[in-house]
Amino acid sequence: MKLIVTFSRKTGKKPIIAQVVRDTGVLINVERAQIDSSEGEALIDIPDGSCNVVKQRLSELGASVRVLEDVISLDESRCVDCGACISICPQEVFSFDEDWKLVVNGDRCVLCGRCIEICPQRALSQKGEA
Amino acid sequence: MEKTIDLIRERIRDGNARVVTAEEMPLIVEELGEEGALREVDVVTTGTFGAMCSSGAFFNFGHADPPIKMERVWLNDVEAYGGIAAVDAYIGATQKSTTREARYGGAHVMEDFVAGKAVELRALSTGTDCYPRRTITTELLLENLNQAIMVNPRNGYQRYNAAANSTDRTLSTYMGMLLPNCGNITYSGSGLLNPIMNDPAFRMIGSGVPAFLCGAPGMVVGEGTQHSPAGGFGTLMVTADMKEMSPDFLRAATMTGYGVTLYVGLGIPLPVLDVETVRSTAVRDEDIIVDVIDYGIPSRSRPSLRKVSYAELKSGYVEMNGEEIRTSSLSSYRRAREVAITLKAWVEEGRLDLALPTRRIDATRSAHPLRETVQGPRVLDIMDRKVISIGQDEEIRSAAQKLLKGETNHLPVIDSSGKLVGIVTTYDISKAVVNPGKATRVRDIMKKKVITTTMEEPVDIAVRKLEKHNISALPVVDRDERVIGMLTAMNLGKLFGGRWLK
Repeated sequence: MKLIVTFSRKTGKKPIIAQVVRDTGVLINVERAQIDSSEGEALIDIPDGSCNVVKQRLSELGASVRVLEDVISLDESRCVDCGACISICPQEVFSFDEDWKLVVNGDRCVLCGRCIEICPQRALSQKGEA
Repeated sequence: MEKTIDLIRERIRDGNARVVTAEEMPLIVEELGEEGALREVDVVTTGTFGAMCSSGAFFNFGHADPPIKMERVWLNDVEAYGGIAAVDAYIGATQKSTTREARYGGAHVMEDFVAGKAVELRALSTGTDCYPRRTITTELLLENLNQAIMVNPRNGYQRYNAAANSTDRTLSTYMGMLLPNCGNITYSGSGLLNPIMNDPAFRMIGSGVPAFLCGAPGMVVGEGTQHSPAGGFGTLMVTADMKEMSPDFLRAATMTGYGVTLYVGLGIPLPVLDVETVRSTAVRDEDIIVDVIDYGIPSRSRPSLRKVSYAELKSGYVEMNGEEIRTSSLSSYRRAREVAITLKAWVEEGRLDLALPTRRIDATRSAHPLRETVQGPRVLDIMDRKVISIGQDEEIRSAAQKLLKGETNHLPVIDSSGKLVGIVTTYDISKAVVNPGKATRVRDIMKKKVITTTMEEPVDIAVRKLEKHNISALPVVDRDERVIGMLTAMNLGKLFGGRWLK
């Protein structure tokens, strides 16, 4: 399960993620992070069962947390199954089935946004989060 | 054994014809042999669906009252060519909107028309005795036009070279996004389903032959522009009535960083008259070889990184330098297949009347590059030949003095043998002064990765480097990496004839 963790101005300098790992014992995989001296955002991946405990601890430490679900949305009426997105995705979210139809495995997405930018048909977009 | 076109047409009329797609053909020939396949199969249908920039349409809008000779024409703010008769215009797929840039273009106008949407026509004229009106604005549906005839100067490329990028930065090209260090390979084309690939000698494909174009029954006009069949890159000019087209097989697209293009569905039915046709329609993806071209090299003759077959490209991975590189298709094989299958149904139903070429297409010619009589400016024409450089072991302070004295913002850094090893700018020095740390020597603060140019490089390429890297100067180096000049944004002023700018 993927969470988007937003650090406020105040919490930005504290090692929050390391703290949560130590306190909860949950191994957190940071898939993407943009953190500067004052604020930032990180996309983390954790085992499904640990969602609540990690969320709670992160909130206690002053970060805000959102659960990410079905992040990439494919407009089937626009998609022509070309496959331009397949090789540029760092997470191998996209593939063809045996009939050359594009298959999207959104669970792996880390929201890098590359596919949205390059889709020739503008068929990909970022969905709202749950 | 040979069959005549009349026999095949008769079989179609009687409902006895065996029509297959080019995808099925290799297996049929393998099972029945060439003679057996010739007896069994009457028509092979082909198909491709991909980006074809060289596409467009002629429109006739009908006359207004009072009448106007439309000299300049815009459709949804996309300019169409109006330099033909009064109310005729040609819209090209890649023409960009004057208001929405690369997000909307000629291809979108065509798609909107075909999808039944209203399109705004705007036109200007200088006014004449016979055409007094000077401006017009009106909304039009496709059905309001007298004619909307798609005529695509170059479609259906026989095959297309794949693309990769050996440089260390991402490229946005008409072949899609190319990741640095050959991080991916992109390709286009339907391989064994491609029309010309199934008839490379142009025995069945020629002027007047029926075709499927964007969902409409159309026709091959003849050879396409840049037709180069000698090297295996034949092209076709094709036409069909836009009023019969379907948005399923005609799609506007934007290649990020490149511009607008049109995805076109094209298919041609090939009557199987002799063994030679059987043989050419049995082509497999394994047999179709292209180069992987390095788009990192900004010149016409880009080097090939390796040869690759469509079978490898379609497998999703291609091996290069011992690594598995992922591939992306830019055309849609799924839709190409739909074109071939739809065309098969059309032939069976007699919706398309098969015909042989009324005029043959030359299968031996090759396209040549542009004859350039005037060479564009090169770096040596405008570069600064006076170079002030500094050694990497000198003190930061002396770099500052040199910059001041030389009235320049960029100081190339050289090693003891005179080779370029870095660059320092006034910015780097200001930074070192504001944050005094351990840095004392030029080598401590210089940028080691220097973007350079050469004397022979066209100025346009050098300018692209400045833009891409957001910098304002390039050291000009010779073969031994020695700095022989500097090209700065200031030098570019010389291009406008204003030597007084200096």
